[in-house]
Amino acid sequence: MMLKILQATISIALISTVLAGIISLAEKLLNNYGRCKIEINDGARVLEVEGGSSLLAALSNQKIFIPSACGGKATCGLCKLRITEGAGPLLPTEEPYLSAQERAQDYRLSCQIKVKNDLRIYVAEELFNIKEYIAKVELIRDLTHDIKLLRLRLPEGESIKFKAGQFVQFYTKPYGKVKEEVFRAYSIASKPSDQNQIELMIRKVPDGIATGYVHTALKEGDTVRLSGPYGDFYRRGGEGVKELIMLAGGSGMAPIASLIRDITEQQLDYKIRYFFGASTLRDMFYLEEMAALEKENPNFEFIPALSRYQEGDDWDGRIGNVIEVMKQEVSDGEAKEAYLCGSPGMLNATVKALHELGFKDQAIFYDKF
Amino acid sequence: MDYSPINPWVIFFASILTSNMIFANFLGMCSFISVSGEYKTASGLGKAVTMVLAITSGVNWLIYHYIILPLDIVYLRNIVFIMVIAALVQILELFLDRYAPDLHAKLGIFLPLITVNCAILGATLFMVIRNYSFLQAILFGLGSGLGWWLAIVMLAAIREKIAKAKMPPGLQGPAITFIITGIMAMAFIGFSGIFQVQ
Repeated sequence: MMLKILQATISIALISTVLAGIISLAEKLLNNYGRCKIEINDGARVLEVEGGSSLLAALSNQKIFIPSACGGKATCGLCKLRITEGAGPLLPTEEPYLSAQERAQDYRLSCQIKVKNDLRIYVAEELFNIKEYIAKVELIRDLTHDIKLLRLRLPEGESIKFKAGQFVQFYTKPYGKVKEEVFRAYSIASKPSDQNQIELMIRKVPDGIATGYVHTALKEGDTVRLSGPYGDFYRRGGEGVKELIMLAGGSGMAPIASLIRDITEQQLDYKIRYFFGASTLRDMFYLEEMAALEKENPNFEFIPALSRYQEGDDWDGRIGNVIEVMKQEVSDGEAKEAYLCGSPGMLNATVKALHELGFKDQAIFYDKF
Repeated sequence: MDYSPINPWVIFFASILTSNMIFANFLGMCSFISVSGEYKTASGLGKAVTMVLAITSGVNWLIYHYIILPLDIVYLRNIVFIMVIAALVQILELFLDRYAPDLHAKLGIFLPLITVNCAILGATLFMVIRNYSFLQAILFGLGSGLGWWLAIVMLAAIREKIAKAKMPPGLQGPAITFIITGIMAMAFIGFSGIFQVQ
């Protein structure tokens, strides 16, 4: 009996080893495309890279950082680029993210394009400003049971110039069972005038690779790699706008906190009402920081709402769904802009509620995560 | 070893028509129902299944006769077959990406899906149970693939035709697809007088 078990285990192990060997051999032989040339912006820059990886990864190895929130899985559609030569036919995975107009202009998803031959691509100038940093973890603080605050200090002499509301990409290191580096996008919570450090708020996602890394493996004093800033979520302040309505849930706190800190510091003349939703008391956080900002900026009002209030909770704020609370407080969309950050479901519901209040699409800005 | 005495070419044609994977064995139904909405994609998936079926039947035959039987580990064959299929699909994907990029762009997302198509494992197990020779196995795999392709392309063509037809709500989508599949299966029984291998 013992012999049989041993024999089965050894046979399976041998067969899978041989198969794995064949696959890696095939990958070496078949996935080897030699050196390929990438010409950027009509010859403004020419790169030579090793073929076989995705264009997104190849560019990031060359320190050109294209925004991507999903890390190359064709689910966010942020990594669009114009590729006029060498991209091959449009792939089914790209189709949902490209409009007819974009297709006519040769836009493609750079995470889906494999570098197999010479390419001619166009990259927006401002993306060249995106830099990579090796930052030191200065502080890890529990904001709630599942959200951690991370303060990252950039190396001496380096600075990051970002607009409040933008995000950085955070690269994990291999840990535990995860053998490769992944990257995810996190909004900056600190104010832009702090150019030598940034703060991120990272909520633990069940089975999330990157959030698992932050919540279990990362320690104060470690170094992490990040790049940025990215994103078009920042304060617009269109003509005649007097009041900014902000709404967020969970770790959506981060970009909104940065926006409010920035406005407060610059003493801009906006009335701000910030609606923040949490389901239970243990999900509520940052009350003291917001109270301090309220003291500093008399035009700012923080309105947290608890949707699942339980008897005995130490809570004297609003109770109910944060979107309902906002609907009770805000009467119309006159001279107002709205800034939102939260889960897609929450955002869709908020945008619908804002439309009902008379907000136009051009006055609603949001960050989905 | 005594192999099945049937002429390999009879097996080939029988696996396309009388023992069609879909209509006689009802294997590979999930992708058959879900990817048959559009003629072009259905045909792409059909090609991919044909290619993978023909290759895996041959390779799994060699594995079975030269590794599994001599080692006396027949009870492990299902695990081994599945591993081989998964590995082959990986290699095939790399190969197509290199040498047939157009085909890869079309089949790209289907290839990994095929790994879990039960028709593939089904064909391998049939060929083992029925004691086919190497040639018989390859022709059986190829024929089964062609039969699957034929079936999904026909169904897709019909579904495109009836896409805009007026239909009671309860019959729309998968319901009418199952009914069509049933009628097609009955029509295929008409071939059974020509040759029978099962």
